[in-house]
Amino acid sequence: MSVKLSTRQVGDVTVIDAAGRITLGEGASAFREMIRDLAAKGEKKIVLNLNEVSYIDSSGIGELVSGFTTVTNHGGQLKLVGLSKRVKDLLQVTKLYTVFEVFEEEADAVRTFA
Amino acid sequence: MAETGHGEVSKSYITLDSSLESVDQAEEIVLKTARELGFQEDDEGSIGMAVREGVVNAVVHGNRYSSKKRIHLGIEATPSQLVITIGDEGEGFDLSSLPDPLAAENLMRQSGRGIMLIRAFMDEFDLHPRHGGGTEIRIAKNLAGRS
Repeated sequence: MSVKLSTRQVGDVTVIDAAGRITLGEGASAFREMIRDLAAKGEKKIVLNLNEVSYIDSSGIGELVSGFTTVTNHGGQLKLVGLSKRVKDLLQVTKLYTVFEVFEEEADAVRTFA
Repeated sequence: MAETGHGEVSKSYITLDSSLESVDQAEEIVLKTARELGFQEDDEGSIGMAVREGVVNAVVHGNRYSSKKRIHLGIEATPSQLVITIGDEGEGFDLSSLPDPLAAENLMRQSGRGIMLIRAFMDEFDLHPRHGGGTEIRIAKNLAGRS
């Protein structure tokens, strides 16, 4: 199963709901395209909801990093919510917990945007 | 694959295509053995991840998706450990040439974390030239309470 991505607005914040697996190939590519599209459209406040993501591999982690860089370079912010224990462990092991702002609840992530 | 009893070791070996479909296949095959051995869900997740990363490396970097080259998957189950070997038929690989993905200057790189993740989630890791050409990794997970 690949990843299923959809977006919705919470005020001026774009929330990406991801479900499935973000892995090398289709899943990672779809995520990359979505982030690029949003950044190109000028979206600067983006929350990535990973609540329904069952698996991320190193390529998926790479796309999260790439997405973060893309959004940041466009003057925006990308924040993460709903991480499973496995994904949290991945971010810890890769030291990316120091890079991403991670929240348990979407409302908290949305609230912190300037 | 037979379940292991006291001191029993069971081994199996298969070859796979150099395609991303092989990643799913390898994971499925290895996890079947892991479940038979009695690994818990958390360890299954770690094993699955390590196998996927290893096979992706073999497909993408070792064999470069060549239809003429195979992935060599070995599974050895003992009463206390699951040992997996993943080999490619590529040009060989120098582990020391891999940039440290945890170094500050590499943290935001898009790739280069696969081997680090394998090492983090498995109990043993070794990379060496494969007999017959290419590169092979040997990774192992100990059954809790039996190492």
